[in-house]
Amino acid sequence: MTAVTQVVEYVRRHAAFITFAVVVMAAPFFVHSTYYLSILAFTATRLMAALGLNLLMGQAGQISLGHAAFVAVGAYGSAIMTTRWALDPWLAMAIAALLAAAIAGVLGVPTLKLKGHYLAMATLGFGEIVFILLIQLKWLTSGSDGIVGIPALSIAGLDLGRPKAYHWIAWGVALVMFRMTLNLVDSRVGRSLKALHRAEIAASSLGVNTSFRKVQTFMVSAVFASIAGSFYVYYIHFISPDSFTITFSVILLTTVVIGGVGSVWGAVWGTLLMMFLPEYLKRFNQDYTNLTFGLLMIVIMIFLPGGLVSIGGAFNRVRRRLRRPDSARLEEG
Amino acid sequence: MPILSVQGVSKRFGGLEALKDVSFALYEGQVKALIGPNGAGKTTLFNLISGMDRPSEGHIFFRDRDLGRLHPHQASGLGIGRTFQHSKVFDDMTVLDNVKVGRYGRGRAGIFSAFLSLPRHRREEREVREASLGALKRVGLQERGSEPAGNLPMGDRHLLEIARSLATEPRVLLLDEPAAGLNNEETEQLMGIVRRIRDEGVTILLVEHDMGFVMDISDEVVVLDYGKKIAEGPPLMIQNDEQVIRAYLGDDL
Amino acid sequence: MSLDQFLQYIFSGITNGSIYALTALGFTLIYNATDIINFAQGEFVMLGGLTAISLYEWGVPLPIACLGAVAIVALIGVIFELLAIRPLLSAGIITQIIVTVGASLALRTAAMIIWGREALPLPPLTGDTPIKVLGATILPQTLWVLGATLAIVVALQIFYKRTLTGKAVRACSVNPTAARLMGVSYSRVVLLSFGLSAAIAATGGVLIAPVSFMGYSSGALIGLKGFAACILGGLGNPAGAVAGGLILGILESLTVGFLPIQGSSGYKDAVAFLILLLVLFVKPQGLFGQRTMEKV
Repeated sequence: MTAVTQVVEYVRRHAAFITFAVVVMAAPFFVHSTYYLSILAFTATRLMAALGLNLLMGQAGQISLGHAAFVAVGAYGSAIMTTRWALDPWLAMAIAALLAAAIAGVLGVPTLKLKGHYLAMATLGFGEIVFILLIQLKWLTSGSDGIVGIPALSIAGLDLGRPKAYHWIAWGVALVMFRMTLNLVDSRVGRSLKALHRAEIAASSLGVNTSFRKVQTFMVSAVFASIAGSFYVYYIHFISPDSFTITFSVILLTTVVIGGVGSVWGAVWGTLLMMFLPEYLKRFNQDYTNLTFGLLMIVIMIFLPGGLVSIGGAFNRVRRRLRRPDSARLEEG
Repeated sequence: MPILSVQGVSKRFGGLEALKDVSFALYEGQVKALIGPNGAGKTTLFNLISGMDRPSEGHIFFRDRDLGRLHPHQASGLGIGRTFQHSKVFDDMTVLDNVKVGRYGRGRAGIFSAFLSLPRHRREEREVREASLGALKRVGLQERGSEPAGNLPMGDRHLLEIARSLATEPRVLLLDEPAAGLNNEETEQLMGIVRRIRDEGVTILLVEHDMGFVMDISDEVVVLDYGKKIAEGPPLMIQNDEQVIRAYLGDDL
Repeated sequence: MSLDQFLQYIFSGITNGSIYALTALGFTLIYNATDIINFAQGEFVMLGGLTAISLYEWGVPLPIACLGAVAIVALIGVIFELLAIRPLLSAGIITQIIVTVGASLALRTAAMIIWGREALPLPPLTGDTPIKVLGATILPQTLWVLGATLAIVVALQIFYKRTLTGKAVRACSVNPTAARLMGVSYSRVVLLSFGLSAAIAATGGVLIAPVSFMGYSSGALIGLKGFAACILGGLGNPAGAVAGGLILGILESLTVGFLPIQGSSGYKDAVAFLILLLVLFVKPQGLFGQRTMEKV
């Protein structure tokens, strides 16, 4: 294959991703409102966290109701290390991510032995403990006052705090994470996760070290969340514990579930919906946002459990049934 | 040295004694059947051999390795493969992907290789695909690779599980009721496949209720009743053993 | 610390613990009938308190406001079951968890919209003159809380062991298929469980509101601690749930009293979660666990 045909083949296979990437990166050229640019900036960090949770829930079949805690590790880690110890923001982000991975590793071993609601509650308990610590450990986190004066990212002197520059670096990283997670689906590790999700016993009989894979996935999802937290504080330059309540964990969960747990694209659609729906709802009443999210979760679970990504499939089934009722019934046997 | 050696194995669940002092050996190249009335402890024994549980007493050796302390994935790594009584096929993955999972133990590409689509990952993916198709060919399912596994009829699901286990390149294959729910034609087909697998060098231990199947295909038969071994020997001898007949009163031989 | 102070901490621990016990009982009821953990349980407690507050504000006499609130929240529980739980009874656990989490978020936000962000007060049932007991003081309301908890536990025991409906519910939790074959309507059992569970939660909310004001976000923490109490006592065991709740309340209170840290009351909430994690990791069946827990 010549280089050109290889490139063409690559583009064809990944057309959807490339289109999305191009549109997103080109956004600052046709979105001029700083307000909407900032929404896009938050969307990037939200997507990073959602990708991590989607990986954990969708591929490995686990659940985390305390993922805000890992975002907090990244956010507070970056905040503290840059303001107190004057570390380079990139270095701080990396250290915070390693810390998040370590915590997830230690927590994951006993926690991921649990199933179903035990697992959910354990992650929830962990999230709450972290939240309480953020408020109580005033000497470290400045408690409810929060931390101000967090610097922006920069590369070789180029300030990445300005809206356009930030947009590109944040979305650049988000897109890399997106691509990475997509790559995982059709891979040895990715299949092992799918297998352990569906029939853990069968997976282990095929050689999959299920405890290791679960903990590893948990750690990776924690790293994604941590990086999201770091990017977030490097944008708004301020952080307080209020951002990391259980409600935020629930919002992350909602994002992944509404988008569709079964597919990586679910994280993308879910994030876009959760970030832009409130903009639409603002016309009525801001308070209704969380109410809508909660109701949406219930409705989706009942009527479209596969989430937004499964709309195509559901739509097709309905269409077939409407067009040729008899043969459609035969098909579904 | 036998490839698999069960020595004085007992297994208790609370007050229930599922297995009591069971001993037998499996030699390389053999096809051995484990039979007995329901509840005799056959699947429990399989679980012990494949590392899913530990014996309360006794040992199970794979060649010279004690399986007692191993996790299921480690037993698989040693070369023990198994299928399940209630088919544990990954329903919403394709047939081919199901088998590809079986190649997990033979691959090395880790999460970073996958994330970054490194050459090792891509190379291994090609090998995995080839090996998986090969395994499907051995059971005759190569045409159905891209179908969702959940669509397969019962008989093919069993075959898929076998192909999946074969992909792990086992030295010993434990088949848990592979002929369950199969009609005569399918059972014949299965027998052919099992013989071929044995000829290719895999030692087979199977649990089965279909006596015709057992008698035709096994070199030796072990009979369990209420967790105890009550007979062991060639199929013809077992057929005529009084204790066995009594234990099976009502079953067809 | 003097004996008086110690006793005071114990009493306050029992007061809060009773609410956890009631919440935990609600969890257990639903769990025993359906294997579902209702993450919105805490919200029913909150709704009970807030509904009573509104009824009282509209001029309804206090005792009737309380009973009315319980009835209304029980109805909400039933509606919730019909709309959100029933369609998903055969879905996976994760789906059911997600639905109750979503409901919890929705109910919490709805409460915020209706009642605002402030925590609201409710007058106590029989005044607030503290009663002296062994050198410490106890609020009359606390006695109501304890009394109600006891009454509910006894009533549930009678219900389960002596009435036909109660036995039907127990049958369902032990073996739903057999129960169905015997003519027990599983869906009615589930409906009843949710209604009853919501009523019990609301009772807790109504009784605790005078002691610690009730706001839209009060339910979340209570729910989580209620679950911690369940796990501590052994999931599925009603007596364990009550014991777990009381133990948790007392441990919380003593932590505040004994922790040699400035501002230790902030850590009070962490106690429940630490206990939760500890129990889950070390002895998931809890103190008095009966049902086998699914572990890999």
